[in-house]
Amino acid sequence: MTTRRTLLTSVAVLAALSFGSPAFAQSSKPMPVVATFSILGDMVTRIGGSHIAVTTLVGPDGDAHVYQPTPADARSVSSADVLFVNGLEFEGWIDRLVDASGFDGVRVVATKGIDAIPFDDHDDEHDDHAEHDKDEHGHDKHDDEHAHDKHAHDKHAHDKHDEDEHAHDKHDDEKHDDHAGHDHGAFDPHAWQSLGHAVSYVDNITAALAKADPANASTYYENRAAYVAEIEALEADVRAMIDAIPENKRTIVTSHDAFGYFADAYGLTFEAPQGLSTESEPSAADVAKMIVQIREESISAVFVETVTDNRLLEQIANETGATIGGTLYSDALSSSDGPASTYLDMMRHNATTLAAALGS
Amino acid sequence: MIWELVVSPFADFGFMRRALLGCIAISIGATPVGVFLMLRRMSLTGDAMAHAILPGAAFGYLVSGLSLGAMTIGGLVAGMAVALLSGLVSRVTALREDASLAAFYLISLALGVLIVSTRGSNVDLMHVLFGTVLALDDAALILVCTIASVTIMVLAALFRALVMECADPQFLRSVSGLSAVTHFTFLTLVVMNLVGGFHALGTLMAVGIMILPAAGARFWASSIGGLIMAAVSIAMLSSLIGLLLSFHYSLPSGPAIILVAGVFYATSLTVGSVGGLLTRTLPRPQPDA
Repeated sequence: MTTRRTLLTSVAVLAALSFGSPAFAQSSKPMPVVATFSILGDMVTRIGGSHIAVTTLVGPDGDAHVYQPTPADARSVSSADVLFVNGLEFEGWIDRLVDASGFDGVRVVATKGIDAIPFDDHDDEHDDHAEHDKDEHGHDKHDDEHAHDKHAHDKHAHDKHDEDEHAHDKHDDEKHDDHAGHDHGAFDPHAWQSLGHAVSYVDNITAALAKADPANASTYYENRAAYVAEIEALEADVRAMIDAIPENKRTIVTSHDAFGYFADAYGLTFEAPQGLSTESEPSAADVAKMIVQIREESISAVFVETVTDNRLLEQIANETGATIGGTLYSDALSSSDGPASTYLDMMRHNATTLAAALGS
Repeated sequence: MIWELVVSPFADFGFMRRALLGCIAISIGATPVGVFLMLRRMSLTGDAMAHAILPGAAFGYLVSGLSLGAMTIGGLVAGMAVALLSGLVSRVTALREDASLAAFYLISLALGVLIVSTRGSNVDLMHVLFGTVLALDDAALILVCTIASVTIMVLAALFRALVMECADPQFLRSVSGLSAVTHFTFLTLVVMNLVGGFHALGTLMAVGIMILPAAGARFWASSIGGLIMAAVSIAMLSSLIGLLLSFHYSLPSGPAIILVAGVFYATSLTVGSVGGLLTRTLPRPQPDA
């Protein structure tokens, strides 16, 4: 592995040297890139390694739904070569920031090619995705270099959002064509909550970095292969942990509805009194409905989240006799000394917390 | 029927009982303060003070997280600083109190926005600051009830001086040294009730429950005692009806309560027995209080 990377790198460096191209200048100095929030920033850092300098706009424990950009953010964005966004209207403020900053690099939508879940459609017809994703990732181990072509089983409406060209659409999957009619902005943006989708994120990131910085492309693909292997290993662990939870205990109550993809991928049901965004205020009817449901289904634990106000959930737990099962990380990583300082740690922490509270 | 519509939501759900208790406590504490604010032509002061306490609460939140104590103390300090400074300026300089209050609350607000924005971590602060009445925990309930009790006792002790301040502040200032004490104690009450209210209803809603019932009561009574009784009754009814509407029609509860108070205000304005629109068109108009 090491010899191969060394070889490839030296070839790339030689090529860059021989042409005296700007790519060489870039490879000697880290390429400035910007990621909108901490989870995406972590993934980009894993792929780019020391060849890039990542600036993350919404830091650990921050809520990217309602973030207000600062002039420093505009400066970071304007000087960046690549801007990574989640897409699916997760960062509602990004368009204005890009306009204001005069950014002229490449904007990469990390969710490109992901089969997004419509807001009102969490429960049906998605159960097959998890298996499907898993199969495809299985192939990837054998052909690292070209793997980014594999994941784009998309033909649906939100593709129109993506500005940059589509090199990845070779794998259309007829099974998902029925989504084509959905409107824009009607999708759940929290796609990183499924490890299968995380591989798509990583592929989009890798392809973008390789294109922006061809000199180091081989390193990026090497990093990608190692990272994807870790993601897949973790996915197997998570699946095993969730499978150990008894069927009748797989309904989970959280404070904001960010776990649609997690639920789909691993066969759980998530309920939240606050709906999908952290911005709406709950009504007494919503809270009452949730309490009735917790009582009727004898749900034993509710889970609080880091980015939201948990007072309401604590009240619900009090009233129903359910315990607070632990803290889940949904939209942001923890600070570096917390239990979820990287994306993989976050997913492992969430699965472990769920399994520990519900598994007994 | 009545049972199902009115009683069973409270009988079945503890959070509804808590919400109602919290609202009643705020009605008892904040509404009389609102009546005095109205009588002293300071109705908009409540709004300004609400903005003034917001940065303090935000600061408390950023320093020690979602802690009732830190946010309460932060709000009290910021509110009192603005109230005292603006009162001081108006008493020792030529600037009128409304202008100096506006100046200080705007400074306070800008400072708060600055503090919030320079902090890297950005949880939806407005969501934290705009508490919901459905999530009152024990500590918040105790705080709200304590504030209501203290308010009632202080108002009772200062009643004469306050009425005098309302009727003829110049006179009170000329015959007694209590004028300044009364004024600042009263401002303290305003700040305290707003801080208590924002734990329950959120900052702007707290001003609503303070001012709207008082304005509505103005059309039903002319004595101060009558005004307070009418205002507290309107506030309690608004809380009850607002919560029930939120329960039955799936509306957010804070705005529902304030909108019901708004409907009470509009109704009082129209049909109120003291200076309402209808009574004014009658042959024998009631004298204004």
